[in-house]
Amino acid sequence: MAREDDLDRRRRELEAALSARRPETDGEKRSSRSGGLAGAGNALKLSSEFIAGIVVGAGTGWMIDRLAGTSPFGLVIFLLLGFCAGVLNALRSTGQMAEFGSRPSGKDGDGDGRN
Amino acid sequence: MASDPIHQFNISKLVPIEIGGLDFSFTNSSAFMVATVVAAGAFLFMSTASRGLVPSRMQSIAEMTYEFVANMLRDAAGSQGMKFFPFVFSLFVFVLVANLLGMFPYFFTVTSHIIVTFALAILVIGTVIVYGFLKHGLGFLNLFVPSGVPGVLLPLVVAIEIISFLSRPISLSVRLFANMLAGHITLKVFAGFVTSLSAFGIVGIGGAILPLGMTVALTGLEFLVAFLQAYVFAVLTCMYLNDAIHPGH
Repeated sequence: MAREDDLDRRRRELEAALSARRPETDGEKRSSRSGGLAGAGNALKLSSEFIAGIVVGAGTGWMIDRLAGTSPFGLVIFLLLGFCAGVLNALRSTGQMAEFGSRPSGKDGDGDGRN
Repeated sequence: MASDPIHQFNISKLVPIEIGGLDFSFTNSSAFMVATVVAAGAFLFMSTASRGLVPSRMQSIAEMTYEFVANMLRDAAGSQGMKFFPFVFSLFVFVLVANLLGMFPYFFTVTSHIIVTFALAILVIGTVIVYGFLKHGLGFLNLFVPSGVPGVLLPLVVAIEIISFLSRPISLSVRLFANMLAGHITLKVFAGFVTSLSAFGIVGIGGAILPLGMTVALTGLEFLVAFLQAYVFAVLTCMYLNDAIHPGH
């Protein structure tokens, strides 16, 4: 039993140490504290991601309409898809959504492809 | 000197060249691109010309830049990504030096034109697509198929993923361009307040201190933005290259 108590105590200590360290490493808290400028940068970043999705969706739809003569349905459908892609982009850039593929990035070190 | 804040982005032809009805003129934008390349190249060449085991100041700046980009690329794309190091390093240094050159008064800012940043972004995405297909063939298309999606939703999700992928060069270029454009316009507008306020006699000169302080603060911020946007551009390039090297899961 003494061993489990010991483990429990160490776990609590680790928790305390981590929570003491967390405010320093937590990027989101820091950016919200520094206020306006970081907020403006974030706003520009997120809006560019969102708008890019819509623009590409609308552009694709318009091109399909022109090539296939399906006006206005291509534009309607791809504009909606563009909205979805824009939201997806924005969520991805805030890190609330998995990146392309769901593998841990980098550091795989199997240097097979060094051609 | 023109007082409107947009005037600084005017393109003027220095050497008009026209080949086959197309305009290939050497403009002030091209001149500053050449200046950017020459400045960056000359700095790197001269700072590493007399290499010492104990680096001089200039040499250590060059080495720090190398280490910075190399670590960034290694973190984002793994050790296989290092074959793109020259590409990412050139992009980072070009954008950084172009942004910093634009901070000189009366200088032209190359990266404040969307066609320039868009060309850089297309270069990145083109590299990703070409390398992805060369390396993985059609397996590169796995990038657009997330795992664990029910079959009914798959066409919809793939369409959204493709649009999301295609929107990358646009958001990449718009971000750099908008930051530089907005920053330079703000700086110009606040600096313009100083001169127009000080025309109102002694009270105006007293009031002009506020926008003057703001201009000084904004100049500092602009240097930060110039570095930060070059960094963001390079980091995103690394992340996109990572998709080309390891598509799928």
